[in-house]
Amino acid sequence: MSGLEAVIGIETHVELRTRSKMFCGCAVAFGAKPNVNTCPVCLGLPGALPVPNEEAIESILRIGAALGCDIVERSVFHRKSYFYPDLPKNYQISQYDLPLCVGGHLDVVVDGETVRVGITRVHMEEDTGKSLHAGDGGRIHAADHTLLDFNRSGVPLVEIVTEPDLRTAEQARSYAAELQRIVRTLSVSDARLEEGSMRFDANVSVRRPGAGFGTRTEVKNMNSLRSLQRAVGYEIDRQIALVAAGGTVVQETRHWNEATATTLAMRSKEESEDYRYFQEPDLVPLEVDAAWRQRVVDSLPELPAMRRHRYVATGVNAATVSSLVNDDALGDLFDAAVAAGADARTVANWLTGEVVAYLRQEDVTLADTDLTAADLADLAAMLADGAVSASAAKDVLRGVLAGEGRPRAVAGARDLLQISDTGLLETEVDAVLAAHPDELARIRHGDAKPFGYLVGQVMRATGGKADPKLVSELLRRRTAG
Amino acid sequence: MADAADLTIAAAGAAIRRGELSAVDLLEAVVRRASMTEAHLHAYLTLDQAGARAAAEQADRELAAGDDRGPLHGIPIALKDNLCTRGTETTAGSKILAGYVPPYDAAVVTSLRDAGAVLTGKTNLDEFAMGSSTENSAFGPTRNPWDTDRVPGGSSGGSAAAVAVGSALGALGSDTGGSVRQPAALCGLVGVKPTYGLVSRYGLIAFASSLDQIGPLARTVEDAALLLQAIAGWDRHDATSIRGDVPAIGAGVATGVSGLRIGVLTELSGEGIDGEVLAAFGEAVGRLSAAGAEVAEVSVPAVAYAIPTYYLIAPAECSANLARFDGVRYGLRVDGATTEEMMANTRGEGFGAEVIRRILLGTYALSAGYYDAFYGQAQRVRTLMRRDFAAAYEQVDVLVSPTSPTTAFRIGEKTADPLTMYLSDVCTLPANLMGGPALSLPIGCDAAGLPIGFQVMAPALGEEVMFQVAAELERLSGFATRPALASSEVTLP
Repeated sequence: MSGLEAVIGIETHVELRTRSKMFCGCAVAFGAKPNVNTCPVCLGLPGALPVPNEEAIESILRIGAALGCDIVERSVFHRKSYFYPDLPKNYQISQYDLPLCVGGHLDVVVDGETVRVGITRVHMEEDTGKSLHAGDGGRIHAADHTLLDFNRSGVPLVEIVTEPDLRTAEQARSYAAELQRIVRTLSVSDARLEEGSMRFDANVSVRRPGAGFGTRTEVKNMNSLRSLQRAVGYEIDRQIALVAAGGTVVQETRHWNEATATTLAMRSKEESEDYRYFQEPDLVPLEVDAAWRQRVVDSLPELPAMRRHRYVATGVNAATVSSLVNDDALGDLFDAAVAAGADARTVANWLTGEVVAYLRQEDVTLADTDLTAADLADLAAMLADGAVSASAAKDVLRGVLAGEGRPRAVAGARDLLQISDTGLLETEVDAVLAAHPDELARIRHGDAKPFGYLVGQVMRATGGKADPKLVSELLRRRTAG
Repeated sequence: MADAADLTIAAAGAAIRRGELSAVDLLEAVVRRASMTEAHLHAYLTLDQAGARAAAEQADRELAAGDDRGPLHGIPIALKDNLCTRGTETTAGSKILAGYVPPYDAAVVTSLRDAGAVLTGKTNLDEFAMGSSTENSAFGPTRNPWDTDRVPGGSSGGSAAAVAVGSALGALGSDTGGSVRQPAALCGLVGVKPTYGLVSRYGLIAFASSLDQIGPLARTVEDAALLLQAIAGWDRHDATSIRGDVPAIGAGVATGVSGLRIGVLTELSGEGIDGEVLAAFGEAVGRLSAAGAEVAEVSVPAVAYAIPTYYLIAPAECSANLARFDGVRYGLRVDGATTEEMMANTRGEGFGAEVIRRILLGTYALSAGYYDAFYGQAQRVRTLMRRDFAAAYEQVDVLVSPTSPTTAFRIGEKTADPLTMYLSDVCTLPANLMGGPALSLPIGCDAAGLPIGFQVMAPALGEEVMFQVAAELERLSGFATRPALASSEVTLP
């Protein structure tokens, strides 16, 4: 309508779940008592020196490799200087012009359309401490006093920067969700937005399609995927309305306010930021040799996109594939059940249908239930053999989830087993035919109508436990005679 | 026997092992010397008599039990006050750290404790090691034991004065642009800046991280080698420390210089150097030549850029290194209406004029739009200088020059003009920029009776050949004069 399109780039910070901090031996732990996980290095005491954590470097290389980045042979750390009370050295050890990983991409599918999001760079840095501003509004300028917790100071942080390739708030959310799945699949971070172990900043601008970039704003403080989407959506609308009304967008940082569902300009800084980057002289350049790079690439697990391709190839429909890929536990159970011989489509439908519904209804996780891959394989086999009907199988599944036992036992206890003994059913079929000579005659004269009626009579005679497919089969054979 | 405070480390160690001297007696002699001289010199900021006494008693007990920790066992050693000492105030000579007590020991302090050394206390320095005279200390200047109207050099002036006068047998300093070697020269001592990375910087309050090295001050080449041996080696807490074997520091001290190729650094042995210093330097070179060394003039033109290069790189690094002194977690806090104001007030009142000057210089040199012209250019020049020095070391084994362009200057003589003060580092700066080791040793005195220093530089990890040349020149020069203040009025039986 406005003729304007949005241009969005996203910067993501991921706190790594390493045993120790980026440059010292202190533990990385969420929720510990304030300032217990600190030492001279992460408190910035005089004379303390940083020593890089190899586990963290390995983790960032995995992220870079998973995003298809080039891992550089030689990378250096820089100091980024700014004064803030929770930054103990008043500089952050980060990376500047020689980051560890450059030039990757991440494909995101929205409404069936694939968007390739360029990854500019993935670099390593250290986290800051946390400020708790006591008093008005929780902001430093209105606070009576500020409490500082340095447990987070020096926790390894990976920053992932995209090209300005996203065009809608929904794409932004899909990108963030896919990145979160990748990070979790790599087991390098908890990637919890609500705990701040994964944080997104969005750069948003608007322009006429094909024109140069407009002035961008940086939107911060989104602590869920939903708020990321809402914040970006709000900011796009705000800018379009502003431009449509003849205004101009000001380059600034804006804070997303979840309660009011708006973005607000943060207090503007009096002077422009100059971080005075220079190479960190306390550290030597990081050398990543070819063998290390290869080892990282070779050790990558199956990534969500690869899993998606594999599932689609089994014939599972697209919506079901997404559900399986979005939940590692479901996906893993699916893989195990298929490996145990279960039919892929059947198990996929059960998992994303009955199982998910049960978990949601009971508010439990898969791990809280007794359901195993072997159960799914057994149940699928029972269905294929005609031992249970499709609807009875779902009842059995609920029973297994509720802890009633293994599928065969549950089917027995719930009286859901079908009669699929051909000999027994033949007797029943013959009895029904003997009792309905008129119908038999009509069928033999080419009138198919009574057929369903006869099936129903056999089912009734067996108390509904006959396998209807088998009954039809037997009737067809007999009436053809 | 002479006053034990006048013994070398080697001689004191021998006397202790012969049972002629105890560590406690030695410490008492040193403390007595301090009590006689401190009022004149102000070498120490903190004299830790109780801690030293306990360490000396422990050393005596251990030695009596046959547990010998080596040549420093029981020897009183002083520490520059920018080396962190657990439980003992460490100020870096700055008001901003007055009263600060570190919770940990610097790596070199741990090494000395492990070697059984008796740590006497913390010595005065130019604030954050920025200066060449120790006049920039927030706690008042240190004076030169040879002439108390003169500076001891700096920034490790307190360590130099203490060792020269006998209120310690040896000391550690830090050398970023000559801060060990220049005071050693001005106080008639041996001072060493080791190869960058040979000694861990962990616990050294940083001035300029890519240039800082901790090194010993001692009365003889042998003593300096003993001290360096004790503190050298890889440390997992310093990512820039060198892995691998420590050079055989003192292995060549008795070898002589026959056949060694010695290069006289042209750019540092002519213009700008005092005539008496040059004459003594020339004489010393002549002795080396007579002793069989092949002496040649070697030109390293890039040396001309050492001062501007250094005074961009060092302030740039210090501007970030000193950012942590903000009044938030430790040290001085001067309140303000906002956090920013509190930080600014704290730094404005806590730092002295020279420190503020260098922080401003460095901040400017790193600023957007200026980085390339200043810091970036300095790094490129540093790279070119490395290339020039590497070429020079293909022709010669060591390079030599005077250590300081002049002997000790008068207190107040250069404080009005920072640039004049900066020029006193002209001979020592190149080794810091290059990373290789350099040593200063005394070769004589000028007409005023003030010591003259001779500098030996070597390529990275060339400590062995550097000490080899220094030891031979020490023998040839026969320098044995002690400053007037190092009196021996009190003698041990």
